[in-house]
Amino acid sequence: MSDWPAEVHATLREERVQLVGYVPDAGHQRLIDLARADPAMRAVVLSTEEEGVGLAAGAWLGGARCALLMQSSGVGNCINALGMVRECRFPLLMLVTMRGEVGEFNPWQVPMGQATPAVLAAMGVAVQHAASEDEVVPAVSAAARLAFGSYAAVAVLVSQRVIGIKSFQEQAAQ
Amino acid sequence: MSAPLRRREVVASLLAGRGDMLVVAGLGSTAWDCTAAGDAPLTFPMWGAMGSAATMGLGLALAQPARRVLVVTGDGEMLMGLGALATIGVQRPANLAIAVIDNERYGETGMQETHTASGVDLAAVALACGFAAAQVVRDATGLEAARAALRAGAGPVLAQVKVAPERLPLVLPPREGALLKARFRRALLGPQSEAD
Repeated sequence: MSDWPAEVHATLREERVQLVGYVPDAGHQRLIDLARADPAMRAVVLSTEEEGVGLAAGAWLGGARCALLMQSSGVGNCINALGMVRECRFPLLMLVTMRGEVGEFNPWQVPMGQATPAVLAAMGVAVQHAASEDEVVPAVSAAARLAFGSYAAVAVLVSQRVIGIKSFQEQAAQ
Repeated sequence: MSAPLRRREVVASLLAGRGDMLVVAGLGSTAWDCTAAGDAPLTFPMWGAMGSAATMGLGLALAQPARRVLVVTGDGEMLMGLGALATIGVQRPANLAIAVIDNERYGETGMQETHTASGVDLAAVALACGFAAAQVVRDATGLEAARAALRAGAGPVLAQVKVAPERLPLVLPPREGALLKARFRRALLGPQSEAD
């Protein structure tokens, strides 16, 4: 099994990401720990994902690059704020771990998980998929260049196949 | 009891002699107040994304720790993003200040009462979230003290400034978002803003 979170962390460093805003997700656990332990990064825990959109926009105004980590359920919390990103052409890099997508055990995750790509696309966010572990790092690297190089909003959707949580029991044991 | 504070005078006072301070103006009346005090490249007036002014200020303050960052926003806008006070309380940026211009009304939509009209105390919420200082301001004497704290006190600082509910002439900033972003970055970062 590859250590994709460590490689993603290294990629964010290479792309000069200084701020990482997050609402915890089991799939982002290791990447969050790496960001929190990195003195070159400031990890900002958010009370709702929408705050991350403001955080990233403010950081860019100040000359700093920010990445946002969230679960697919959190995408829905960002929608209106994403209108500002589009109108202002703020760069935005979102790394979204998917739920309600493949092999979901919680039916309440399914509606937002299934709607996530369409919701992002409707708000002008470029959607890029990482369907397997091997695809995550190249997708994040390309998304970072697209976001910060072209002032684009980009979301990398990390498939539930990569995250691999299959039951409440497994999630509780993490 | 002294006469109620008036929002345009309050905001003009907070911004007077602003030096190199960076300003985020929340949507609606506070954006018009900041513009009435003088449109400036280092003021980012918001026309939407209600509830995001404080987190914009947080991102800016973390990116520019050597610069003072002042968020000027309304009570309705702050209420929509109340969780941001908790998030700021965790990060505790010493250079971030928030002035809530509190007329206890949603001013752009018909002057309906907000939660603060029923006594919700935003300064108390900020203190409970870990802000270094927060106060409710009701008169000119209080405003002087709050102004000093907002401009130079150890942050994060919040002042909830009670003002008269009044309808004032619109003084509108540019509304194209990409322009507002680019002019802010150019004024702050210089030619580097285009290179990065």
